[in-house]
Amino acid sequence: MTPKIRIRGLHKSFGDNVVLDELDLDIEAGQSVVVIGGSGSGKSVLLKCILGLLTPEAGSIQVDGEEVVRMNARDLERVRRKFGMLFQNSALFDSLPVWENVAFGLIQGERMERAAAKKIAIEKLAAVGLKPEVGELSPAELSGGMRKRVGLARAIATAPEIIFFDEPTTGLDPIMGDVINDLIVKCVRQLGATALSITHDMASARKIADRMAMLYQGKIIWQGPVAEIDSSGNAHVDQFIHGRAEGPIEMQVRAI
Amino acid sequence: MPILQPLGRTFLLFLQATGRIVLFTSTSVSHCVRPPIYPRLIGRQMIEIGYYSLPVVGLTAIFTGMVLALQSYTGFARFSAESAIPNVVVVSITRELGPVLAGLMVAGRVGAAMAAEIGTMRVTEQIDALDTLATNPFKYLVAPRLIAGLTMLPILVLIADIIGVFGGYVVSSYKLGFNPATYLKNTMDFVEPQDVISGLVKAGVFGFLVTLMGCYHGYNSRGGAQGVGAATTNAVVSASILILCFNYFITELFFAR
Repeated sequence: MTPKIRIRGLHKSFGDNVVLDELDLDIEAGQSVVVIGGSGSGKSVLLKCILGLLTPEAGSIQVDGEEVVRMNARDLERVRRKFGMLFQNSALFDSLPVWENVAFGLIQGERMERAAAKKIAIEKLAAVGLKPEVGELSPAELSGGMRKRVGLARAIATAPEIIFFDEPTTGLDPIMGDVINDLIVKCVRQLGATALSITHDMASARKIADRMAMLYQGKIIWQGPVAEIDSSGNAHVDQFIHGRAEGPIEMQVRAI
Repeated sequence: MPILQPLGRTFLLFLQATGRIVLFTSTSVSHCVRPPIYPRLIGRQMIEIGYYSLPVVGLTAIFTGMVLALQSYTGFARFSAESAIPNVVVVSITRELGPVLAGLMVAGRVGAAMAAEIGTMRVTEQIDALDTLATNPFKYLVAPRLIAGLTMLPILVLIADIIGVFGGYVVSSYKLGFNPATYLKNTMDFVEPQDVISGLVKAGVFGFLVTLMGCYHGYNSRGGAQGVGAATTNAVVSASILILCFNYFITELFFAR
């Protein structure tokens, strides 16, 4: 069976800094894959390459068997309709009220009537535990946790086939982080969507993943079912999941 | 030759920047004429550029007209040519001062705001979010602003022309002792359609340039608050310089014999 997303030999660099180096990854339909890795390891770059926001120098990215690298703008727009994305800082549009943020993909992308789109937006807000009154607020009036929920509501509003989560729990307290994790699991299951998340929060990763993959020095150095992460036999993975300073992953710090 | 190296590098960087602006312009213009068009966004930008700029442009125009009448009087009195003041005021305002000053004021007010808004959207990933929601940022952010700039600045300048001439009329009539009716008659007799039209053409071009520079620098801003600040400064400076350059070329086009 063709994977939902198939990545082969992906290479992306910024000047002399190679961020993704011959990266291979398959994501099966309906699966929730979490890519873990340290800060600056290229996780966000990987998501942006799949979405066509960044163009890799080499390699192939196929979505439903369709090559998206260097795809023309019109086809890329069509493929992007399959995606929903929750951004790290939610990336809500400041100039629009909350309900219009949630309904944005319906109004602009699917040309739905504003009244109908607003109704769906209120339903999606309810699905992430927010009252209809929140829909009339401006994003600037929301707390961090509420912004994440609104971002999640926007990501699922168009019932996408694939949802990306970029550091979904970063900046939240542990309880709110867990609430967001539960919502992610619930929404992905309800939609039957394929999910790709990137995080360095292991509690979050364990909760939302079916499979995990670890990105290190531009390559996927280990991948497997979430249950096997503790017995991966990979020293890099062990160091990362236990958050140890000592190990094969060296941080570039100088003595004071 | 070590002295030629930095010169060559600067020249190449200049060519690179020019190429980027040309590509940005052609992409933006193509999105202005291809559907979908967003009338609601265009309307919002028209109000932002036209309506909210009216006070600042109006004040600039009235004081410019008043100063022009006063300065012309003190200068022309030396060779008894005071009667030419209505002609000087109307031609200066309609051909040059109206469009240039309105363009510069709008560059400071609107160009800076656009660069800051779009720049903030860039650094907070809102532009990436637009892409992921299958909405082209050029269509959604840039095209409405360009269309609004191109159409609203001529209207602003037309109003500024009237206010500027009125400023000259007030000073000439109530301070310099001109007969109000004669002043107005001289003004209307002397001004030609080409004077006004050239000013409106300039206004359209300046409106396009101001919004283009605001969008270009905002869209390409990088690096957080500092990047947004730099984008804002660059938008105002580049728009102002382009206004002055294009002012010469359009004047040459209309009036060079």
